[in-house]
Amino acid sequence: MNKAMDQLDYLEAQSVFILREAYREFKSLVMLWSIGKDSTVLLWLAKKAFFGHVPFPLVHIDTSFKIPEMIQYRDELAKKWKLNMIVGQNKKALEEKRTFPAGALDRIACCKALKTDALKNTLSGAWPRYRLNHTTGNYELDSNTEPYTGVIVGARADEEGSRSKERYFSPRDRNSDWDVGDQPPELWNQFKTDFAPGTHLRIHPLLDWTELNIWEYIERENIPVTRLYFDQGNGKRYRSLGCYPCTFPVDSTAKDVHDIVEELRAGKFKNIAERSGRAQDKEDGGGLETLRREGYM
Amino acid sequence: MKATLEKKPQTINREQMNVVIVGHVDHGKSTVIGRLLVDTGSLPLGKLEEVKARCERNARPFEYAFLLDALKDEQAQGITIDTARSFFKSQKRDYIIIDAPGHIEFLKNMITGAARAEAALLVIDAHEGIKENSKRHGYMLSFLGIKNVAVLINKMDLVSYREEIFQQIKKDYLQFLKDVGIEPSQVIPISAREGDNLVRLSSNMPWYKGIPVLSALDAFRKAAAAWEQPFRMPVQDVYKFTEESDDRRIVAGRVETGTISAGEEVVFLPSGKKSRIASIESFHTAPQKDIFAGQSTGVTLETQIYIRPGEVLCRLKEKSPHVSTKFKANIFWMGRQPLVKNKTYKLKITTQHVPAILSKIVGVMNASELSSLQKPHVDRHEVAECILETMKPVAFDAVGDIAQTGRFVIVDHYEIAGGGIILAPVFDEQSLLTQQIKKRDYEWERSGITPDKRAQKYDHKSALIVITGQIDTGKQRIAKALEEELFNLGKFTYFLGVSNRLTVVSGQSKDKTLEKFEHLQQLGELAHILTDAGLILITSITDIDDYEMSMLKHLNHPNKTLVVNVGENRFGAGQVDLELVENEDSQIAVAKIVDLLIKSVVLDPEYFI
Repeated sequence: MNKAMDQLDYLEAQSVFILREAYREFKSLVMLWSIGKDSTVLLWLAKKAFFGHVPFPLVHIDTSFKIPEMIQYRDELAKKWKLNMIVGQNKKALEEKRTFPAGALDRIACCKALKTDALKNTLSGAWPRYRLNHTTGNYELDSNTEPYTGVIVGARADEEGSRSKERYFSPRDRNSDWDVGDQPPELWNQFKTDFAPGTHLRIHPLLDWTELNIWEYIERENIPVTRLYFDQGNGKRYRSLGCYPCTFPVDSTAKDVHDIVEELRAGKFKNIAERSGRAQDKEDGGGLETLRREGYM
Repeated sequence: MKATLEKKPQTINREQMNVVIVGHVDHGKSTVIGRLLVDTGSLPLGKLEEVKARCERNARPFEYAFLLDALKDEQAQGITIDTARSFFKSQKRDYIIIDAPGHIEFLKNMITGAARAEAALLVIDAHEGIKENSKRHGYMLSFLGIKNVAVLINKMDLVSYREEIFQQIKKDYLQFLKDVGIEPSQVIPISAREGDNLVRLSSNMPWYKGIPVLSALDAFRKAAAAWEQPFRMPVQDVYKFTEESDDRRIVAGRVETGTISAGEEVVFLPSGKKSRIASIESFHTAPQKDIFAGQSTGVTLETQIYIRPGEVLCRLKEKSPHVSTKFKANIFWMGRQPLVKNKTYKLKITTQHVPAILSKIVGVMNASELSSLQKPHVDRHEVAECILETMKPVAFDAVGDIAQTGRFVIVDHYEIAGGGIILAPVFDEQSLLTQQIKKRDYEWERSGITPDKRAQKYDHKSALIVITGQIDTGKQRIAKALEEELFNLGKFTYFLGVSNRLTVVSGQSKDKTLEKFEHLQQLGELAHILTDAGLILITSITDIDDYEMSMLKHLNHPNKTLVVNVGENRFGAGQVDLELVENEDSQIAVAKIVDLLIKSVVLDPEYFI
């Protein structure tokens, strides 16, 4: 019997354990799917945890400034895997053109309006949720407005300062605020799964994964990811995905998953932070703490 | 899919180890990590320059600790509040270094960090010497079961790198660690700020002949996975996903210890239900025949038995865990409110959730002084040896036998307020419930009219009829039809509907585990009064287990309880008096139940005709 577990096996087993704890404890559970590599790995891990099924809805917050291929990839995979797909948006801000690309807000304020506010209100059910109808292929207004009390997020501790201090199960108060100074203890894989009415929990199954682990796992499992991550021949690729006005491709000729793994392991990105192409981080003093305290993913 | 699986060996199999840094506040833990990150070239490019530039802007001298203190409060106060994870690599393996705060106020954060670790670096300031939290943290490492420990005597530059100071602290601290059962692999004199003896040996301390910190880390040995131990797999959940005609019923969980193969005989504890493993289930892997410690997995069983999350899957012919309602434990308390006797808490042990009370405090210990005292309660940051009692049996091992199944946490008002390790089971002749019922019956002032007199007058005996089954099986409809029928026949009957939503907490103000138990207790007590008054009491309950049903019968004792199950019967043998099919027609159901009542001599056929 081969009883050896490698690093990816351990990471996978822990993430699966966390996902199952979440599914057992939260009746109103949802997973955020940003379309990026991390939350796509998370989606794959859900299929691992639930033996091929994804027994909860996936929420995507569409800022309308996402790179178009991201949306296309989202809908393709949602249809192929028969996902319970829900999309939320800050329609009002978009209609009133209160955004950074329209010149009305700075980057941080735009992130707050289009991502944080949209997320908060989609999770609470205050704003409309649009659910993919697999028969028609269209997004239709969802009648379910119940607040989600458990929200699975693909944050990793190695991404930036404030995420390195997260818990696997992290409480958020009524306003989705994060009290970083007073987090619950976690020991021996016992997590905070009890919560007062009106509050909710963020669940972070990928906390112990590094960017390299993510790509190694994508390679090992052959997980489909959007081709935006790969060089299409112009010597550029995205290392981290977001809205096109604030996310910039990096110079790289990595054209498949294996190239990326090599690039991270030994090549030019070995010592360069992943989010270096994200402009909003720098405006927040490098830590994203302000945005995250208020409910940013 | 086959091609994908063959690709697997491409992953470079590197070992990963979680290491926590602990010690008293300001003894330089964050500096040790910051320096290690810089000296091993593990920082992202530009990070060091960025932090240095920020220090310059704020007119503060640069410190390595700033690389770790990511939160604004931490940067402002110059202390670590919460554990941060840093990632770095040595030649040997990948490390996640967990920076634990040294301030007593953030002890729960220190525990959180340390509980994730497989190894620890304990930092002591050479200038200040051994402080309260140097000891407390040492004790907590022992409590958490961390065996790989190295001690770093830091800030040697502040004592002019003098060997005798190092030797004195080393001697005193080794004695303390010995008392708590820790034997460190190394004691290393360092100056984190100056980089002495971190990555390589420093010429500032030629008298030190040992190894530097990085080598000490690499010398830590990863604990062998617990394959050799008896098999334990706490059940997280039982899945039946029906989409795309998936008809597998999968028992899911993580194997804590041991290994098992398809075809082996198993037992679930505490219920004692037995079966055989039919298959090992997984998604997108090669077919598996066996599972082993560390894996999150799932199995199907050869027979249809109904088990609940929380049971521990064990091998039938192997040393089984203890099943008891009472045990002796060491508890570390973190709650704002003290741990008190006779209050119901929720206990989470492996995947079991049960109500529990603290029945005895053997002694409370000051973790930094190692002195024991007698107290009526346990305050925050204290460790106590206690006897805990659960409201229903739990399966566990003593921590010395199998650590993974010998630990628990206590939840108080939504929060994990304590952690504990089980020392031994306590076997008592009487459970808490039996004692409570005895007391109730002893103090009960009995009615002057005997049950026999009442039965004669009413033309029937009393009984509690529990109509149970899964959700949406027509239980309540049947219960109400029965009530109407008996009423029309002139019987004294009553339908008690309060318990229909036992698991869905109406007030939402309490814990669901505790709430369910409390409801059942109340229902049992109410039933006891109403059946004592001669009624045929009818109630319907969703989804309760054998133990809870026994408890209900017990509470209603000495009066009769009849159990009618609608749909799938998930109870053990002898628990159910009548089985009905799901959504049974009301008339047929009522006729069958009335027949049961006649057979059980609740209704005397003579009166009935």
